[in-house]
Amino acid sequence: MFYYLTLTRSLEQRLVNLYRQGKVIGGLYSSLGQEGESVASAYALQSGDILSPLIRNLGSMLVMGARPVEILRQYMAKQTSPTAGREMNLHFNDFDLGYLGQISPLGDMIPVMAGICLSFKVRGEPRVGLVYIGDGGASTGTFHEGVNFAAVQAVPLVVIVEHNGWAYSTPTAEQTATLRLADKAKAYGIPGITVDGNDVLAVYAATKDAVARAREGGGTSLIEVVTYRRKGHAEHDDQRYQPKDEIAHWADTNDPVDRYVATLLGQGWATDDDMDAARQRVRAELDVAVAECEDDPLPEGAMALSQVYASPPEEERLWFRRLDG
Amino acid sequence: MAEVTYLEALRQGLFEEMERDKEVLILGQDVGKYGGAFKVTEGFQERFGEARVIDTPISEAAIVGAAAGAAHMGMRPVVEMQFMDFISCAYDMLTNYVATARYRAGLSTPIVVRGPSGGYVRGGPFHSQNPEAAFFHTPGLKLVCPATARDAKGLIKAAIRDDDPVIYFEHKYLYRRIKEDLPEGDEILTPIGQARVANEGTDLTIVTWSAMVWKALESAEIIEKEDGASVEVLDLRTLLPMDDEAIIASVRKTNKVLIVHEDTRTGGVAGEIAARINEKAFEWLDGPIMRVTAHDTPVPYAPPLEDFVLPQTEDVVKSARWLLAY
Repeated sequence: MFYYLTLTRSLEQRLVNLYRQGKVIGGLYSSLGQEGESVASAYALQSGDILSPLIRNLGSMLVMGARPVEILRQYMAKQTSPTAGREMNLHFNDFDLGYLGQISPLGDMIPVMAGICLSFKVRGEPRVGLVYIGDGGASTGTFHEGVNFAAVQAVPLVVIVEHNGWAYSTPTAEQTATLRLADKAKAYGIPGITVDGNDVLAVYAATKDAVARAREGGGTSLIEVVTYRRKGHAEHDDQRYQPKDEIAHWADTNDPVDRYVATLLGQGWATDDDMDAARQRVRAELDVAVAECEDDPLPEGAMALSQVYASPPEEERLWFRRLDG
Repeated sequence: MAEVTYLEALRQGLFEEMERDKEVLILGQDVGKYGGAFKVTEGFQERFGEARVIDTPISEAAIVGAAAGAAHMGMRPVVEMQFMDFISCAYDMLTNYVATARYRAGLSTPIVVRGPSGGYVRGGPFHSQNPEAAFFHTPGLKLVCPATARDAKGLIKAAIRDDDPVIYFEHKYLYRRIKEDLPEGDEILTPIGQARVANEGTDLTIVTWSAMVWKALESAEIIEKEDGASVEVLDLRTLLPMDDEAIIASVRKTNKVLIVHEDTRTGGVAGEIAARINEKAFEWLDGPIMRVTAHDTPVPYAPPLEDFVLPQTEDVVKSARWLLAY
């Protein structure tokens, strides 16, 4: 897990550099300070399971096997990216590896993941789905409809509610009058617990339990992971609404990577040398990944027209007649 | 041959596809034990089980989203909207998620969303709508609107087999009012994207779909009898993708076009059809492209109000005569 925590944080730092060079075309989103829960929850899944990450769940995708070069290409809108420049950042998927990228309207992935899990249930496959939602996203209608649907159908789904304090500039207290987001689970008749989201091992253990329950036919559960968003909504955001001392407090005293490192050292599970080796490996891999894709071409304009439909063929798909046609 | 209603033809099509392909699922409100508000899926749960005919909560967005997820996994879910008026509750899921899935992420989402649309049944503002124009504007969706029992069956089967998401607008006024002899045992498949000439004619083309096909045919008969003019009725059957070739071929033949739809006028599909004819066959026109549509109001409940708002045969006849004389 230390490797993936380091990879996530380092890759996001590389992206910031590329953003400042103007190479990241669109917005850049960071999970700084909340990487722990993404990595740890994904770690509780196994081959065949599928998760759906939100914009701050880069770590979960890397755990499932997404390659840093793909993330870099997505952000830089390269023709060689998984979506050939049609979509941005983490919005792509690989069902073999086990992830389905989100779309921007928050909450929508919960019903979709409920449907994926419904297919597992109907086919009798021992597979599990996991979906992330934030404290802001939990205000949407599709969150409610999706969790309720999943609960009623008892599909094997784990809903991770990331309570990171801020939805863009809106604090949680202005999203919901619920003090503990895990309490929402009661309303759906499913298990719900709150976990320290920056305690990597606690998140792993809680997710493992929920995943096991889902795999054994125990249906849907909800886990609230309490963490903190240390950067703005996106790179351009100056965070004027976030108290500076609050950010500093979390950074100084409650960083998920620092805490995990302390545990590893304290328990004697890893040495400084082991961790340095992992850091070196990450640095070398990211050097290769950036070099591999930095000069890749952007897609050509007319490539925008294909793949709206499976059929009919492309020329028929251009409903409008070109002046030369 | 056996005489079947529009509703029975639809039911047969669904039933046959569920027999043929075990990946076909039905999801919707009251579709299981109750067999659906209009009994389209009556007996399905007994035959195919609760795992394949699923009663859902009142959650249109979740039902469509769940169908999309199951479709990504290779299933072919058919979602019933109890009334098509409620499809707007799933508008985000259909337009933002489902319609873009293939384009943005290479995701296959072969779902069908079907349900009763249309008025003339004293259903009031929320049981009478024709919401096709709301989705006509969305690349990635296919829209079909059967007018006949044969097409009700042929288009549901084609829609289920299609690899793209299809919204299937049935017309509740036609459910039990029209009947047709359909061959038993033969497979009926209506290709998506192909219009049908419902009545051959030479002097004027009426482009229309769904229940308005019958008003157009009635108008054509009246005009032929009373005016001696020959009216062609083109039943589009599919709105997305639209059969431009068939429209243009008919315009070239008759040189006059009247577009008839039951939906409201402003922003209705007729405007797009008129624009395409203008772009592709302007020189073949001998008169302005005219429209007969509902008035721009919600559909009211009281019979005199509903009859006033929705297009009637006499409205079609009147506009056709005006255009024939132009």
